[in-house]
Amino acid sequence: MSLRNLVHSALCLAVSLVGLALIYLGLDAEFIGWIQILVYVGAVSILIVFAILLTRGTEAPAGRITFAPWSGLIIAGAVFATLAWTVIKSKALTEITGNPSLDVSFVVKNIGGKLVAEYVLPLQVMGLLLTAALIGAVIIALHERKGLK
Amino acid sequence: MNPLHQYLLLSAMLFSVGLAGALVRRHAILVLVGIELMLNAANLNFLAFWRYGGNPEALTGIMFVIFAIAVAAAEAAVGLALIISIYRHLRTSNVDEVNKLNG
Repeated sequence: MSLRNLVHSALCLAVSLVGLALIYLGLDAEFIGWIQILVYVGAVSILIVFAILLTRGTEAPAGRITFAPWSGLIIAGAVFATLAWTVIKSKALTEITGNPSLDVSFVVKNIGGKLVAEYVLPLQVMGLLLTAALIGAVIIALHERKGLK
Repeated sequence: MNPLHQYLLLSAMLFSVGLAGALVRRHAILVLVGIELMLNAANLNFLAFWRYGGNPEALTGIMFVIFAIAVAAAEAAVGLALIISIYRHLRTSNVDEVNKLNG
């Protein structure tokens, strides 16, 4: 987040998302790990790189930290301190070191079944949302013709 | 397997980095990147609690993360479209200079 070159920022984002996907794999959430790689590394970071390249045209290489960053950094540091303090102080959280055993193949097998049985309404709503977002994004990003405005 | 609180600390760190980015950087795309990082921190929390919680067979954490990822993807697409549109109209992508509504 502190790099000056925007494209470097986007590529670092991709790298950190890959690392996060590996953590998901380590947490026995294989499906989510691969989804993360497909959706974030494959789609979102490419989208971000495209947006950066599309909006860079006339501008001098932007991304300098022009605004005095101290207030934002202090707020973020305070948030981290609060969260970390809460997690470390909480006995209930630090006492949990093991986890219940879990058959990994069970997870992947049952995701599909749950998705169409128990969670079918959220699934439909999500499809609707994605369609609406896709159409909306295309319409927003379309070139406006002269007479339309 | 690492203890649970390490995942929570990592998630808190990720969230703070995203928050700092969203607050400090003035480029609209980087603000969006910060928001993505915060969403990912939330997903990591969901998964950690799902794995260490009492009943991982229920798959609730996984389901929540799937839907969160879908919403985040939609949000990223619409946000980037908005940024491109703003750039076309105002020739800038600095969030401080987009102040046409400012009375």
